[in-house]
Amino acid sequence: MKYACRRVAMLAVTMVIVSLLAFVAFDLISGDPATAMLGTEATPEKVAALQKELGLDRPLLVRYGAWLLGFFTGDLGVSYSYHQSVWDLIAPKVAVTLCLSLLSFLLIAAVSIPLGLRSAVRSGGVLDGARTVLNQLCMAVPPLFTGILLSWLFSTTLRWFIHGQFPALSADFWGAMKYLLFAAVAIAIPRIAMTVRMLRSTVRQELQKDYVRTAISRGNDRSAVLRRHVLKNALVPVVTFLAQTMAEIVAGSIVVEQVFAIPGLGRMLVASISSRDYPTVQAIVVILAFWVVLAGAVADLVNQRIDPRLRLGGRS
Amino acid sequence: MKKNLLGLLLSVALVCAVLSGCGDGSAAQTSEDRVAANAIVVGIAQDLDDSLDPHKTVKAGTREVMFNVFEGLMKPTPNGDLTPAVAESYTVSEDHRTYTFSLREGVKFHNGEPVTAEDVVSSIQRCAAATETGIVQVEAFSVMEDIRATDERTVSITISEPSNEFLSYLTTAILPAGYDQQDTAPVGTGPFRFVSRTAQDSIVLERFDDYWGMPAQLKQVTFKIIENADSLMMSLQSGAIDLCGHLTSTQTAQLGDDFDVAEGTMNLVQALYLNNAEAPFDDVRVRQALSYAVDRQAIIDLAFDGYGSPIGSSMYPAFGKYFDESLTDYYACDAERSKRLLAEAGYPDGFEMTITVPSNYKPHMDTAEVLVQQLAAVGVRATIAPIEWESWVSDVYTNRQFQSTVVGVDASNMTARALLERFTSTYGKNFINYNNADYDRLFREVLATYDDEKQTALYKEMEKNLTENAANVYLQDLADLVAVRKGLTGVTFYPIYVLDLSGIRYTA
Repeated sequence: MKYACRRVAMLAVTMVIVSLLAFVAFDLISGDPATAMLGTEATPEKVAALQKELGLDRPLLVRYGAWLLGFFTGDLGVSYSYHQSVWDLIAPKVAVTLCLSLLSFLLIAAVSIPLGLRSAVRSGGVLDGARTVLNQLCMAVPPLFTGILLSWLFSTTLRWFIHGQFPALSADFWGAMKYLLFAAVAIAIPRIAMTVRMLRSTVRQELQKDYVRTAISRGNDRSAVLRRHVLKNALVPVVTFLAQTMAEIVAGSIVVEQVFAIPGLGRMLVASISSRDYPTVQAIVVILAFWVVLAGAVADLVNQRIDPRLRLGGRS
Repeated sequence: MKKNLLGLLLSVALVCAVLSGCGDGSAAQTSEDRVAANAIVVGIAQDLDDSLDPHKTVKAGTREVMFNVFEGLMKPTPNGDLTPAVAESYTVSEDHRTYTFSLREGVKFHNGEPVTAEDVVSSIQRCAAATETGIVQVEAFSVMEDIRATDERTVSITISEPSNEFLSYLTTAILPAGYDQQDTAPVGTGPFRFVSRTAQDSIVLERFDDYWGMPAQLKQVTFKIIENADSLMMSLQSGAIDLCGHLTSTQTAQLGDDFDVAEGTMNLVQALYLNNAEAPFDDVRVRQALSYAVDRQAIIDLAFDGYGSPIGSSMYPAFGKYFDESLTDYYACDAERSKRLLAEAGYPDGFEMTITVPSNYKPHMDTAEVLVQQLAAVGVRATIAPIEWESWVSDVYTNRQFQSTVVGVDASNMTARALLERFTSTYGKNFINYNNADYDRLFREVLATYDDEKQTALYKEMEKNLTENAANVYLQDLADLVAVRKGLTGVTFYPIYVLDLSGIRYTA
């Protein structure tokens, strides 16, 4: 329980720090929201008036304090660009990016764990060499490129989906998931390759250990030993790695959403940064940070299940 | 092992069957479905992340779309004239100072309310006073002395000085008085009504069935926002998009057989804009030298496959009577002359300069790259500084902290004033710091002249002044290539930056 409390506190502190960093970063780059909003209509007087109206003439920390207060009272503010509540603006996008991330994650987990195990057990030979090359290749291609390639193959050529026609999640959930699947594959490919390689090396290390030899010499079935003992031990670092992957998935989704024209959080983030739409940027940054930190916390919990020794919370 | 392989093959086959199957949701729409529904999808590269209130809109991309939703007393026509819209007719008094508009019978707002004289008065006053923050003040309304509703269907406007351009500004959108949701749920009188906007995704318009004039042909138009150029192309090829403007010649070449390409003009003055207040561009000889160093046609051929119209001053051909063709070749490319002028100005070995370019506008980036090559031939060592659009607006346009920049300047309405007033020395948006007493005097004369012919002559003199003094290195009006799905017709080009949807229809 104490441990859980500590985790929640850490989560809150991380998020506050992230939001503060985002706030400060925006103060440092050129271009301010008032000028961006006025565009070519901007004159120094108009900019000053608008800054005052938006409260941008206040010192940084005061602005940050006001934002933080709003955040904790459930008020994310009003978007400078769209003149509507930030929450209404991003809520549908949170759902889209959440689906995309989960789909990518499931793909990574579902493909890389069996594949990693298999390649660990059957190592050596020509096939193994070919696999290593393929693995390297998959790791090297950026999602941007895979995305374009997949789109060209499955939309332009095979017509399995219509590129640029992402249905709203609420209107056609399965249609949307099908569309997202192609984007998820683009995100997943390099991560699958990495996870496979990692799992392969941890499993192989584990296979060298004495307990494996003992178990097998006692007459246990080799594959049962692999499933019941080796995998359990080899999985701990992999779960931690997969949690870190969550952060990479989120980063990957920013690119892939652009390529597949998916109206998600990543695209919204890029657009609101370039139009200096602070309230929207802040909200998205905090949501993404929460998502990533949460993934870490979940990984810890999963690892404790796998290996009860970790329940001591690091006091060994 | 064999079993495993079989299993794998089977599951792959299953996944393929599910993914390629057409039994999924109803939202997937092919272009045939859209023909049946009399609807189209238009691809646009910029979101309408702006106020949708037409009096507050600052982005050209937003105006381009919302042109279909709003109308003023008058409205522009494709050939550059004005035609009465919310007004049915107007009379001008003997002294050219009082305009009397009689409103058209049966004009309704999209919310069903009839347009009243009060709505007209309040809309125009809103833009004249601009007391609300965010309202773009219409400078030309400063000459307005009085505006009143003389009866329910008549509005009269009195101005202090006769002006034959005043009418052009009455294209200002008429909005329902007292309605305060314009920012997000705009209501106007145009042939299409606004249905919804989903940020970074789409804008939906629908035909307004109670429109006073010829009703639009299409029932529904969805604008799909796709910023990524590759993605935009794939959406055209996949059948998700039926119409898309502002494409490059390289893009249209990839389109295939499903599309026709309509060619119009972007209606922009693309130039290498020079900061006239900063050395070395404060010396007219240097500016002229750059003008001689540049080969416009070569830029158009190299970077735009020959699409584009060269220009020689701040005016583009679509403006008809104000365009002076003789200025286009004023500076025929001449490297020797350019070097001589540079030597006279004290730069026999050229100099270094920076060209700031908004990096999200590929045509301007491409142009700048050719410019760098051409300038190198006369010893001017130019480097490109790519910059985000928002930073361009604040650094270059507002704070004027730049040496030179390649952009396109457009006209907000169909008057020569919209293009030429900006270079008068005291004008707030004179971002190149052009300061020429003759030019200022000419503009004062323009304002004091009522005779159209005389005024046109004065405007042409202003253009000539800009050319002779090489205020900027004028380049071209970019071509606007529009991909139109076969079976669709009716795209009309205007001399301003708008996309008129009302005439677009399916032929079959």
